[in-house]
Amino acid sequence: MKKRRMRLTKEDIILDFVVYTTLIFLVIITLYPFLNTLAVSFNDALDSSKGGIYLWPRKFTLYNYRSLLNRNQVYHASLISVLRTVLSTLFCTFSTAMVAYALSRKEFVLRKIFSFIYVLTMYIDGGLIPTYFLMRSLKLTNNFWVYVLPGLVTAFNLIVIRTYINGLPESLIESARVDGAGEFTIFTRIVLPLCKPVLATIALFVAVANWNSWFDTFLYNSSNAKLSTLQYELMKVLQTANSMTGSLEQALAQAATGTTNTITPRAVRATMTVIVTVPIAVVYPFLQKYFVHGLTLGGIKE
Amino acid sequence: MNTPVTPDVPVETIPSRKKSFWRTLLHQKALLLMSLPFVIHVIIFKYVPIWGWTLAFQNYWPGKKFFEQAWVGFENFRWLFRDPIFYQVLRNTLAMSIIQLVFGMTSSIILALIINEVRLVFFKKTAQTISYLPHFISWVVAAILGRDALSTDGGIVNEILMKLHIIKEPIMFLGIPKLFWWIIGASYVWKEVGWGAIIYLAAIASVDPNLYEAATIDGAGRLRRIWHVTIPSIQPIIVIILVMNMGFLLSSGFEQQYLLQNGRVIDYARVFTIYELDYGIKMMRYSFATAVGIFRSVVSLVLVFATNYIAKRLGQERLL
Repeated sequence: MKKRRMRLTKEDIILDFVVYTTLIFLVIITLYPFLNTLAVSFNDALDSSKGGIYLWPRKFTLYNYRSLLNRNQVYHASLISVLRTVLSTLFCTFSTAMVAYALSRKEFVLRKIFSFIYVLTMYIDGGLIPTYFLMRSLKLTNNFWVYVLPGLVTAFNLIVIRTYINGLPESLIESARVDGAGEFTIFTRIVLPLCKPVLATIALFVAVANWNSWFDTFLYNSSNAKLSTLQYELMKVLQTANSMTGSLEQALAQAATGTTNTITPRAVRATMTVIVTVPIAVVYPFLQKYFVHGLTLGGIKE
Repeated sequence: MNTPVTPDVPVETIPSRKKSFWRTLLHQKALLLMSLPFVIHVIIFKYVPIWGWTLAFQNYWPGKKFFEQAWVGFENFRWLFRDPIFYQVLRNTLAMSIIQLVFGMTSSIILALIINEVRLVFFKKTAQTISYLPHFISWVVAAILGRDALSTDGGIVNEILMKLHIIKEPIMFLGIPKLFWWIIGASYVWKEVGWGAIIYLAAIASVDPNLYEAATIDGAGRLRRIWHVTIPSIQPIIVIILVMNMGFLLSSGFEQQYLLQNGRVIDYARVFTIYELDYGIKMMRYSFATAVGIFRSVVSLVLVFATNYIAKRLGQERLL
């Protein structure tokens, strides 16, 4: 192989050129919007509206962050977002693993029927209105728990974890049973620790999905400002921007009533976007370690 | 792929299965306790809404009891099929799903082939890591980034086009109805191209190296090796993914449409969930919106099963 690489043919050079330019182009168009938003968020708002901010702030300021983070609504929404993400991740991962363990036991007489009940949910969908009515009759509208309860155990996560448990050495579980351990003890003491990699994958996916979700807030909790989430706040900022395409004065007036007149809708948008994206960027290295693994695990049953 | 078969050892249940069912269940009460509450949970949250489909056959009036509702049979469906907006929604949903499917898959396959040709490990890893990143941000963030990039007020796309003298004045891209489908397609590709490439990269990694070796000996250059070895080797997975995704033509996302739409482009942006939201939640025509949901669910279900059947016929086991 080494020798062949020594003499680069014309084809090799052209191919390499195409490969590297395409990838560099991809990297630029992926990163630019983020970096530009970051620069705008750290730049003086009125100065930004003159245009010409690309990758670096021109008039550096922390004012945008200070004025946004001082707004009760943003502060409160962050708390709700963090709370729903943490609770969902904990409850969801633990309960999915527990059901997965029970359904992985070959001797469990209800294994087939229970598995079927779960798998069927991947194909049927009650639809928007019936689900909305269900939440209403369960008193889950205007209720924090609508963020956590409905998606506790999902078929996809269940299958991924069950597949992993099936791959564990059965002898470990058997020997614990011989030693007199009950099912729950076996689950918490033996299976859970062995499942760490798959649980990390599921936990990260659940966390990201919860952090990124805005539709449930919009649908069930939009009339209660106390239950608003960061994504929903950001979505409202976006909707305001969409509804007045082009008219800057109107936008400025809007901003002036919101906070002070030295922050513009564009600055609000950029700063909020950064606030909402930072947690994802922080967990991203961990995510990256696990998600490819998770994807191939899921692929087995898909 | 890596699902080792654990020996099936039904220790207690071999003699007289039927009689001992309840006794076995009693014996397994720990397992039952661990799973039953969650099975009840899933029945409540996933199956009870199916019961709600009855709404579509009523002229539902909030506050009345179930049996007091006026039953109208298929009246709501007749309305649905007579509504011109329904056909608009169907067209938009199909058009955007197909654009996403075709361009999403093509771009991911090309990206996988390109990444596979990179020899500098550091560069390869970095490019890959960056390409996955947008998959993990919310559609709200993606919509904001896209909107700002396309804005007439200093948006980067307009600035570049003006610098290159392709256009004289900034174009309000998001205000042009005919462009909306393509903006949705482009933003989808931007967000998902790297993520989508993972599965093809995995497929490429499992191609037998001997094939490349043989092709090289036969005098094939890199391009011809891609064309004659790599692409034919990953063709089965491409077909399967294509077929599988066709099952989701009506149920693919609505978030980006909802978040990027505005009044000017709504005729091209309205997809099923937006339609259901408008009629159901805003206008409170619950029965009609439920009928829309049923149409979507049933057609999707048929599509999913049809495509699964085709996928099986095409020999899915070769892949896994």
